Amino acid sequence: MSPAERNDGPWRRSWRRLYARRGARWALALLGLIMALALLVPALSPYDYAAPSWTHIFLRPSLRGGEWFGTDGLGRDLLVRVMWGCRISLLIGIAASLVSVLIGVAWGTAAGYIGGRTDGLLMRTVDVLYSVPFIPLVIVLEVLFGRNFLLVFIAIGAVSWLDIARIVRGQTLAIRSQNYIEAALALGVRTPAVIWRHVVPNLLGLVIVYATLTIPSVILFEALLSFLGLGVQAPLASLGSLVADGANEMQANPYLLLIPAAFLAAIILCLNYLGDALRDALDPRHD
Amino acid sequence: MLRFLLRRALSAVPTLLVIATLAFVLLHLTPGGPFDSERVLVPQIQHSIEARFHLDEPLWRQYLRYLGDLAHGDLGPSFQYRNTSVNELIAQGLPVDVAIGGTAMLIALLLGGSIGLLAATRVGGWRDRLPMGLAMLGISVPLFVTAPLLILVFAIRLQWLPAGDWVSGSWRHLLLPSVALALPYTAYIARIVRSAAIEALASPFIRAARAKGLPSLTIVLRHALRPTLMPLVSFLGPALAGVLTGSIVIEQVFGLPGIGRFFVTGALNRDYTLVTGITVLYGALIIAMNVLVDLCYGWLDPRVRARQ
Repeated sequence: MSPAERNDGPWRRSWRRLYARRGARWALALLGLIMALALLVPALSPYDYAAPSWTHIFLRPSLRGGEWFGTDGLGRDLLVRVMWGCRISLLIGIAASLVSVLIGVAWGTAAGYIGGRTDGLLMRTVDVLYSVPFIPLVIVLEVLFGRNFLLVFIAIGAVSWLDIARIVRGQTLAIRSQNYIEAALALGVRTPAVIWRHVVPNLLGLVIVYATLTIPSVILFEALLSFLGLGVQAPLASLGSLVADGANEMQANPYLLLIPAAFLAAIILCLNYLGDALRDALDPRHD
Repeated sequence: MLRFLLRRALSAVPTLLVIATLAFVLLHLTPGGPFDSERVLVPQIQHSIEARFHLDEPLWRQYLRYLGDLAHGDLGPSFQYRNTSVNELIAQGLPVDVAIGGTAMLIALLLGGSIGLLAATRVGGWRDRLPMGLAMLGISVPLFVTAPLLILVFAIRLQWLPAGDWVSGSWRHLLLPSVALALPYTAYIARIVRSAAIEALASPFIRAARAKGLPSLTIVLRHALRPTLMPLVSFLGPALAGVLTGSIVIEQVFGLPGIGRFFVTGALNRDYTLVTGITVLYGALIIAMNVLVDLCYGWLDPRVRARQ
């Protein structure tokens, strides 16, 4: 450890370890760029994501014309549509991950901290839910209740908390046996306060890593639903529905498949890489 | 061993019950029935159809009837495919999925395993970093992107393989869907095997084997492989669930007559028994796979065997 680092807190040191990796810097930069584009382009572009334009059908991507990414079969500008897709996919990814992290952390800390019969009951429930084929069930629900943005969102959030609950429980078990927990209890601190002040902050690193890794899996799941025609409602587009539309046209106009696929892959790749890098960076053994 | 299997079989019963109940209740909660159509039927006909499938009974009786049939292994008649039982439909579709899923897992295990082992013996070199970069890409590109791309390249442009359709027993029709399904799992397995093998290769018994002067191929295959397989085996349980959903996508893209297609069309047509039946089957497959995984643990690690 260099002298300059010595007085920093653990968070600063983790950040420095993360920033020291070139790949992580690239991933952060690319993700930031995509987010900025997703926010700005639809606001600044003269084109609309929904209105068809019958005189501009299947224009190839070109920098000289107005449509940099070309247009689709209804003459809609692909750039604006892809950016709307990024907005929707990222929004669902982040929001649903928050839901699943909240449920998972609450469930896992309760099981790990209270222990005993409560632990057995809570974890048995998780075991049973693991065997439920959720993705098929969500597909059924989507078909039956009609495409519903909120339903997609709740369904995804409700499915992806199982892993987090398991991991958090294991970590809570380890934290509970630490001396400082015993000291806090001996001083008369109440259980909720112990959990909030001592257990949850120590879980934070782990939770950040898994939240980062949950976002891409949620985005992929939403994309899968949209690909099957069960996700967002047309004319709104998510990256998944754009890929599905593109796959239908790929023989004559492969750019309709390749461009949204590239953005989807780039977002997922960056998030997966960041999750991996965060896992290493937050591990104090790497000092 | 026998007691272990028996206990696991018994504990699977409540889980399957939960799955069947969940699917049954959710399906019956939804608006619209299987025989609502644009065409208005004569009330008597509508009534006799519903009576034939016991839809006129109160819901709890339908539920008990369904559970009773389920206990006998009978998933009931399909609503949508007249005069065909759900069991027959599954028997028709399952072989397609087993062929594709099995081939895909075989490809993923062999290819991913050897890539991972190779990378682990050359950590930091280009033979480690190149395949691991590709593996990261493989995890990040979803199935429904790679599958159309594979069709575009190998079926449309190069015309080496058929773009879809299914001919039973033809490897040419099997290859493209299996490879598409195998790609993400190959990537996952390569990553898991690599990190597990690095850990295994650093342990004392490997140093002992090196000290004895064993050739490094023997060290890797005879000594390091077994502990490397442990995390891989625990990945295979969730992987099966992924293969099941993946096969729904693959069937959609390649137009194959598997279970996934019955599942989606069944849901669209409110074919209660078909959808519930396939959901229960999926659940049973996941449970069976988890038992298999636990058995593999015991085989690989004597400490686990003692507890079983």
